[in-house]
Amino acid sequence: MVPIAYYLVLAAILFSTGVAAFLIKRNIITVFMSIELMLNAVNLTFVAFAHMWHQVQGQIFVFFVMVVAAAEAAVGLAIIIAIFRTRQTLNVDQINLMKS
Amino acid sequence: MSPNVLALLPEYILTLAGVLIMLAEPCLKHSSSRKPLGWIAIAGTLLAGGASWFQLGFGTVHAFSGTIQTDPFSIFFHLLIAAIVLVTLLTSLDYFETYATHAGEYFALVLFGAVGMMLMTCSVELLMVFIGLEISSISTYIMAGMRKGQSTASESSIKYFLLGSFATAFFLYGIALAFGATGSTSIVAIAAGLGTTATPLIAFTSLAMILIGLAFKVSAAPFHVWTPDVYQGAPAPVTGLMSTGPKAAAFAVLLRITFSGFPSMQHRWAILIWILAALSMTIGNLGALLQRDVKRMLAYSSIAHAGYLLVAFTAFPVEAISAAAFYTAAYAAMNVGAFAVITQVGGFDETARTIDDYTGLAARRPVLASVLAFFLLSLIGIPFTGGFFGKFYVFSAAIGSGHIWLAVIGLINSGVACFYYLRLLFAMFSRRTPATELTAGASQPRATSVPAVIGLTLAALASLILGILPGNTLWLAQYAGTSTMVEDARQQCIAHPDNCQLQVQMERR
Repeated sequence: MVPIAYYLVLAAILFSTGVAAFLIKRNIITVFMSIELMLNAVNLTFVAFAHMWHQVQGQIFVFFVMVVAAAEAAVGLAIIIAIFRTRQTLNVDQINLMKS
Repeated sequence: MSPNVLALLPEYILTLAGVLIMLAEPCLKHSSSRKPLGWIAIAGTLLAGGASWFQLGFGTVHAFSGTIQTDPFSIFFHLLIAAIVLVTLLTSLDYFETYATHAGEYFALVLFGAVGMMLMTCSVELLMVFIGLEISSISTYIMAGMRKGQSTASESSIKYFLLGSFATAFFLYGIALAFGATGSTSIVAIAAGLGTTATPLIAFTSLAMILIGLAFKVSAAPFHVWTPDVYQGAPAPVTGLMSTGPKAAAFAVLLRITFSGFPSMQHRWAILIWILAALSMTIGNLGALLQRDVKRMLAYSSIAHAGYLLVAFTAFPVEAISAAAFYTAAYAAMNVGAFAVITQVGGFDETARTIDDYTGLAARRPVLASVLAFFLLSLIGIPFTGGFFGKFYVFSAAIGSGHIWLAVIGLINSGVACFYYLRLLFAMFSRRTPATELTAGASQPRATSVPAVIGLTLAALASLILGILPGNTLWLAQYAGTSTMVEDARQQCIAHPDNCQLQVQMERR
């Protein structure tokens, strides 16, 4: 049996990768994908802990995270399309009309 | 009435009103006015506020297997959110009227956002908090980009969306770790489980992650970078709403999580919040000094006010909750009012952006200028305004618990804040007329509609009453603080009878 710590370390690595990608990547879609990666790291952590505590609560939480992530993606992609229509670019560095 | 109906009555009413608006919107003719939908929204908000008031008679109600707890604390924030939404709706009733094709969506989204905010304040299970947070966030992401053709609007929307989701991921990771440390996601059970946890390090990490997530939502420094851009680009009524409503709800969640969920780690999170508060006040006020754009300046001012509010968290539980709750109400009244005036002055096209555009406003629109002046004085914290008593209670609560330095930093910052509020104030009352207005030829002032006048009067009255007769609100805030702490202690005793000394402490108060 795989010890619980392995799952947690993997989740922590995934989460950190997501944070790093969020900060480094310049394309909005990639930035959005890095958020999804962070959410999946959270899901893995929940499932691992649910197994450890023998409680279904953590697994139920995962379903809600997935549903909300889907709702968020719907809105997020719509906003991305809106920004592409007005600006013709998806580079985060070029979306800076309001910097003073 | 069954507890499941009673506990979420305001949320049900708002959801029904929102769905009704969504259904009615496509039935209306393309060219016809959307104002009736706005009136449905206003009626729904009034009913929801009434339902919250009605809940006050029932004391603490538990529902949905103990995930929802309607207590004076949640009712205080429910009433506050209903009031914020009411003023926003009244002052923006004709904002989208002539420009946007689907103004009805705006009213529905405001109501759905309010449902999320209200749900956040009455949840005692982190799963429900998360769902409420997302309902309110997703609605606000869309509202920030409501002026679809303008590129600043979509920029504001995407920034809010990306950083908001980023913060949510941190918040969720914190919940996952709290679940790992204590075996539960219920706030009261987490508090009970922390006493016996085998992994205090994971518990502390979870707390730090939750703090980061919520600090983003309340725009506390150093997690504030999104605020100026988002507030500047969003439509003025939406900025007014999102600088007060979701913030009030996030502060309510923060109060519940810190004081009910992690009371045993207060010595640790108090330091973190001390740093957040000091940084927010300083960065917010110094940043505001440099701004020419009025909405951007108020964005920095809202960062500073989040800092003042965080000062309250360093006090003893009951004082902290009542001071923070009172400050949230005072801040909401003056900020939502200030943005309502900006909505009326600028209109949909936001013709008045910088401080220069406000030059000589008093000569052109004397009533609006004096109302804005009153809100600015309240934001400074001049006596006989809500802002003064808010600051007074927060700082005296901090001093009472020995955090004198934090109060000193706060007071110095209040002094610095005078400069930028007064700069706008002097500009409005100066004799000169702005150059931009002459070239644009938009000198014909729009008439302020009757609902907008009612909304502005409500906000101004609220600010004034909180400054002259703070008694009633303060009583409700104190009732909220005391009853929540006692109820949580009772719940913890039921969950874990061995750490019951907490309840004895509480009842002695």
